[in-house]
Amino acid sequence: MEIPKSFLGYKRENGRAGTRNHVIILPVDDISNACAEAVANNIKGTIALPHSYGRLQFGADLELHFRTMIGTGSNPNVAAVIVIGIEPKWTKKIVDGIAKTGKPVEGFHIERTGDIGTVMKASKKAQEFVMWASEKQREECPISDLWISVKCGESDTTSGLAANPTVGNLMDKLEPHGVHLCFGETSELTGAEKVCATRGATKEASDKFMKTWSAYNDFILKEATDDLSESQPTAGNIAGGLTTIEEKAFGNFQKIGSCKFIDVLEPAEEPKKGKGLYFMDTSSAAAECVTLQAAAGFNIHLFPTGQGNIVGNPIEPVIKLTANPLTVKGMGEHIDCDVSKILSREMNMSEAGDELIKTTLRVANGRLTCAEALGHKEFVMTKLYRSA
Amino acid sequence: MATDIIIHDEKDNVGVVVIDKIKPKQECSCWIMENDKTVKIESINEIQLGHKIAMIDLNEGDTILKYGHDIGKVVKSIKKGEHVHVHNVKTKKW
Repeated sequence: MEIPKSFLGYKRENGRAGTRNHVIILPVDDISNACAEAVANNIKGTIALPHSYGRLQFGADLELHFRTMIGTGSNPNVAAVIVIGIEPKWTKKIVDGIAKTGKPVEGFHIERTGDIGTVMKASKKAQEFVMWASEKQREECPISDLWISVKCGESDTTSGLAANPTVGNLMDKLEPHGVHLCFGETSELTGAEKVCATRGATKEASDKFMKTWSAYNDFILKEATDDLSESQPTAGNIAGGLTTIEEKAFGNFQKIGSCKFIDVLEPAEEPKKGKGLYFMDTSSAAAECVTLQAAAGFNIHLFPTGQGNIVGNPIEPVIKLTANPLTVKGMGEHIDCDVSKILSREMNMSEAGDELIKTTLRVANGRLTCAEALGHKEFVMTKLYRSA
Repeated sequence: MATDIIIHDEKDNVGVVVIDKIKPKQECSCWIMENDKTVKIESINEIQLGHKIAMIDLNEGDTILKYGHDIGKVVKSIKKGEHVHVHNVKTKKW
């Protein structure tokens, strides 16, 4: 199949392109959720991104909070942002971070004004933003404007056998066209970590990966009460036939095809070394991982599943694919791309990769994903440790 | 003949069931992805879609190979054609 050279996206002020055109209402902290949700309820076509944190965090955990907030607002799938926080200082810090992209952003703090006055002021600005954004048109953008993140979930043996290699096939075909790619799930590479390290494009990248993996593994060994058998593999993984973390890891690893990663990113860190594949240090929990990848600027997500994970994200469209015929039959409303014919050998890996590229382009051009149509907007902040 | 079981790598000692289920004493056709060869095996248990079958006899302490790599250790001996899962294989990690 000839790879499409372009897609229809929204061109942004900083040169990036979006596959979506959201106006978001971003709460800085947990106690500002009510205000943000009230504004989104007032002004149609905006979405609030409520979450559970943002108070009394410190150190690396606070830095990650700001990076995730600023990154989410800066994502090219977002046209404009309203930021609402309890205090002026942290609110302004996030507004200033997002403003560097050149997109419209305005902050409101609740102290001294209260919820009602803040909702009124923020709603007026949100209305202005959403009406402005509604006039934006999709334009032809080069395929290299796609930043594709991947993460699998509710995996079973069909994931490693077919759905994950389908993503790998897409990566092998799109990487030469200058796209950005990202995989993560540090803990779910356990057992395959040494093989994964050999896929660093440079010794520096390989060493950085091993250091990151070892730190995560040390943390797991320190915190685990018995072993991780209740969490890794999950009950869903085991029902689907996956026996050990090693088996899950080698299946997981099929997602990167034969690509090599050029750098290792901190959670929610924006890639800075240009086109190519990046590894990001993330949890393997679906919503946490996708939220971090979206905050790093990725604008479309591929999510292979076995037993049927249903996750979505408020700003980054999440495309589901599966090779498990029982999942297609039982929960087809969650599956954007069915590659189950690989198992019956009626479809080969290259044909499956082509199908996934077509689905990805359709979604990039504006087709809603199943998760979007079903209202999945899981926005989950990663917290490194307890607050002060 | 339709494929009942897929094996990733020539070195693997387990295969994955890719039909709804295989029944005890079923003559199964196994496709090896790496070299496109087909081999046969007779099953001992009923095994569901996605679950693994032993391609050879395995003793306690042996290593399970899948994708050509070590994915865990045998904790209870397994006969050729038997279901391989959490009851007879454990991780070497954690």
